[in-house]
Amino acid sequence: MGSYLPSTRDEQQQMLEAIGLKELKDLFVDVPREVLLKDSVDIKPGLSEMGVRQEMEKIAAKNTVFQTVLRGAGAYDHHIPAIVSTVTAKEEFLTTYTPYQAEISQGVLQSIFEYQTMICELTGMDVSNASVYDGASAAAEAVMMTQTRSRERVYVASTAHPEVIETIRTYCWGREVPFELIPQKDGLLDLSALENLPGDTACVYVQQPNFYGLFEQAEQAANLAHQAGAKAVMGVYPISLGICASPGELGYDIAVGEGQPLGIPMSWGGPYLGFMAARKDMMRMLPGRIAGETKDKQGRRAYVLTLQAREQHIRREKASSNVCTNQALCAMTAAVYMAAMGPQGMAEVAQLCYEGAHYFADELGKLKGFGRVHTADFFNEFLTHCPMDVRQFEAEMARRGILCGLTVDDKLLWCVTEKMDKQAIDEVIAVIREVSGQ
Amino acid sequence: MNIPQHLKYSASHEWVLMEGDLAIIGITDYAQKELGDLVFINLPNVDDEMVVDEAFADVESVKAVSDIIAPVNGTIAQVNEELLDAPELINQDAYAAWIVKAKDVTGLDDLLTADQYLELISKEG
Repeated sequence: MGSYLPSTRDEQQQMLEAIGLKELKDLFVDVPREVLLKDSVDIKPGLSEMGVRQEMEKIAAKNTVFQTVLRGAGAYDHHIPAIVSTVTAKEEFLTTYTPYQAEISQGVLQSIFEYQTMICELTGMDVSNASVYDGASAAAEAVMMTQTRSRERVYVASTAHPEVIETIRTYCWGREVPFELIPQKDGLLDLSALENLPGDTACVYVQQPNFYGLFEQAEQAANLAHQAGAKAVMGVYPISLGICASPGELGYDIAVGEGQPLGIPMSWGGPYLGFMAARKDMMRMLPGRIAGETKDKQGRRAYVLTLQAREQHIRREKASSNVCTNQALCAMTAAVYMAAMGPQGMAEVAQLCYEGAHYFADELGKLKGFGRVHTADFFNEFLTHCPMDVRQFEAEMARRGILCGLTVDDKLLWCVTEKMDKQAIDEVIAVIREVSGQ
Repeated sequence: MNIPQHLKYSASHEWVLMEGDLAIIGITDYAQKELGDLVFINLPNVDDEMVVDEAFADVESVKAVSDIIAPVNGTIAQVNEELLDAPELINQDAYAAWIVKAKDVTGLDDLLTADQYLELISKEG
């Protein structure tokens, strides 16, 4: 890779000095040392294709691929219908980057337009962009959309995903935007903190369901934001919208979220999909690409990239964002997933997630020491106590082929999707009984 | 070039008309011609402070977004909300389509006369 970058060693050194670093590897301090590649991959020179493949497969076999996943916390193990990869693997889609001469690729623009339309239907919003890189950057971009000359301060739910909070905080730090965390009580936002917000408040960011899987009093939070003249932004788990009130119905101005649950495999944490949709009055602040439908000279339906004056290449430093691309293949995947499921299928998946998680929580509650931490209702995730050392519990479950809930301090954040039926849940309960000596 | 004698002007192409204590502010005919067809305007809020030489609104034409620069200091007293639905009114008659009215205005003395403004844009042109 290094040889493709047109910078000399001297130039690299100058750039490192400019940001106060000594060596190139100082850029990677955020990567845990135990997973950082120290030398290049050890493959002997001159190996045949077959030899390389065998070598790589041997390395790949070291990965544990869990058949039973009871963990969510941002990435979700949903069933992906076979038609999704069949359509997205078509080479016309798989090989096309968002084209620079966009209008010549009507098929790609149409797929983006259909994605946007379905995201609007799902979120209850008027206009969607063509997507951004992931849910966390979508959340931070949404917060930046609400910045005005007289309103900068942002209030972010402390019950949102910790990594989303950190991403928003980083964007705010870079732009010198005042950042406040909304405190929580019993796993839910303490809404009294949103009464009498200061006059420079730009927005309130709420995640629904929140990091603990709980339903926030989201409508009240939006009302309180609006009373202060601020915008309300919701981060939402798209699958939950099959049965839950949409951000539009709850009065939000902007809806964002991680689109991975919409037919995109969990992979290694990416590539994922950030969806962003807003009410019409916020349309010109939306970052990134927007595909629009129009008519050509002969009156035939045609697709274009529209409203480009918002974008960084025209609006320059006045743009609300420097995002100038989208996650086209992942957006297309989400579109095919939503089309394959249909409104009825989306509702059924959400219902199965909700019911499965509540059955599992009830069964766990019958065991000693696995009671729920919170009392509020939840979607498909919930936090429980753990009667033994959580790390040891996690390792024992892993040994039995089960990825248990995420360890949060000495507690467990469980997740159930439609992939777990009653029988599968009962089997997991039996394993937990054994591991915890009950 | 349409540059009414009774108005004052700024070098950033805004016009100002004092009406009692209020300064009525818009962009000049020259500015609207240079920008082309306007499709959107982003207005400030009433009570926002306006600081001379800083942006207080922006307009979007089909090709670009441009700031509207405060020609004077003051506080926004009224905004022309009609422009939100019909920004093209500025293209039709830039001197009728006022953008804001400001109160507590200072800095009027630094504005240009019609003749001075004509001289300025003749150089730019």
